[in-house]
Amino acid sequence: MNKANELIQLRKIINTHKRWDLLFMITGIIALMIAILTFIALFAQMMIDGMPRLSWDFFTSFPSRRPESAGILSAWVGTTLVMLVTAASAVPLGIGAGVYLEEYAPKNLLTEILEINVTNLAGVPSIIYGLLALGLFVYQLGFGQSILAAGLALALLILPVVIVATREAIRSIPVAIREGSYALGATKWQTVSDHLLPYSAAGILTGIIIGLARAIGETAPIITIGALTFIAFLPPSPVTDEFPYISFEWLTAPFTVMPIQMFNWVSRPEEAFQLNAAAAGLVLVVMTLTMNGLAIYLRYRMRKNIKW
Amino acid sequence: MQNNSESKEYKSHVKGLNFYYGAFHALKNINMGLHDKKITALIGPSGCGKSTFLRCFNRMHDLYPGNRYEGEIVLHPDDVNILSSKVDPIEVRMRISMVFQKPNPFPKSIYENVAYGLRVRGIKQRAMLDEKVENALRNSALWEEVKDRLNDLAFNLSGGQQQRLCIARALATDPEILLFDEPTSALDPIATASIEELIADLKDKVTILIVTHNMQQAARVSDFTAYMYLGELIEFDETDTIFIKPKHKQTEDYITGRFG
Repeated sequence: MNKANELIQLRKIINTHKRWDLLFMITGIIALMIAILTFIALFAQMMIDGMPRLSWDFFTSFPSRRPESAGILSAWVGTTLVMLVTAASAVPLGIGAGVYLEEYAPKNLLTEILEINVTNLAGVPSIIYGLLALGLFVYQLGFGQSILAAGLALALLILPVVIVATREAIRSIPVAIREGSYALGATKWQTVSDHLLPYSAAGILTGIIIGLARAIGETAPIITIGALTFIAFLPPSPVTDEFPYISFEWLTAPFTVMPIQMFNWVSRPEEAFQLNAAAAGLVLVVMTLTMNGLAIYLRYRMRKNIKW
Repeated sequence: MQNNSESKEYKSHVKGLNFYYGAFHALKNINMGLHDKKITALIGPSGCGKSTFLRCFNRMHDLYPGNRYEGEIVLHPDDVNILSSKVDPIEVRMRISMVFQKPNPFPKSIYENVAYGLRVRGIKQRAMLDEKVENALRNSALWEEVKDRLNDLAFNLSGGQQQRLCIARALATDPEILLFDEPTSALDPIATASIEELIADLKDKVTILIVTHNMQQAARVSDFTAYMYLGELIEFDETDTIFIKPKHKQTEDYITGRFG
């Protein structure tokens, strides 16, 4: 009979413990819901406000004093061109630095200091990068308040993200693969270019896209270097009719970007401009989500053939 | 300089080899000869330095900082000391191939895995690559199984097939010595048997040095056996002698399973 009593006691204890399990699960769900519902509410509000404004004209019109005919043409073109500069400079620099730190750098104090600094750079507030870009690119190097200066400022901002993603992607390749390459007589560069970079491409690409998705919404550094808030013309086209059919004049052109266009509209007193801001915000969020989605998809696709 | 008869019989001589991982003295004054076109097995308890010793032969330790060699590993017939700092480790690795503990195919096609060592040497002609890849796959007894799917990913092969692919990859460049670092420890008994058979067949073509923690394996495949303990070479002789009447009590204890 003693045994039966013991079992009853035991079951009681188990049940009490399980109640805590349940309690924690409910707390967790509530915490998750607060986060998700807030986002959904914000997004829904923006959709309700902005949806009616979204039309073909909205994308092909310049900003205007009349809210109903204002559009985001100069903003999305500006954002696209700035992102192009950002990607073109941050990707090679970031991958290069990441590969160097992971594969070539001697393991000494200097390297360690460099590594700590790179990681810390990711945490520097973006306006600091704006100030640096203002001093260095806009004035010192004389790029002016141009697409080039803005693209480089954002490149600095996402450089640590790309470097860290590159290093982690390379580090996740098993030592056996690396040694297998060296054992066949490959040089460091052959090992990097034939194995390490291709096998870590998915991780690196994810890092790049996440970095760009962050850069696309950045406002502070762009305002700091002095982007215009009202711009009713496009930068010179990169493609021309005459030889050599390609022009880089757009790099030095003044510009605006999506978040700044939004900022401009939000600060107007008229209700109708607020709706424009909501519509532009919707476009920006969709752009970011698409980029993140692309990152997830590419990661899945490229990892499929690699098992370790 | 080795005299003629000696360099014909031996592929390599290890002379007074010491090896240090930083301050740790991992190999202590090792002297032995590697017989040409024979299989030499390295046995000993875990941590005795047998893998460390093996990895000296293709300068694998150069990949990591703080490692230091002393002494010589002389490769015949040109009598070059492959541990010399004047000798490029890449050149050594091109002459001496290695097969690892766990199959480590690259996430590339079967064909590209075998061809990689050739590509590293700058061979680009398709016909030559095709021929050498086929030869290597035949020599590693894998050709019949994969000839119709050379462009498949190597990861789709079974564990034993992957290890034979790694052997083919190491063979494709006609190495002078083939190093095996416990090549069957990650495989099931059937795959192990096929790898052992393959290794035995390969000795007509290449000198083989194999690390194994499986004494039956050493007894089955090798012509010569070296017993190592705590970084020292305790005994080195023909495999039959080592297993039937070893000179040292310690070797006998290890082989009969009294410790290890």
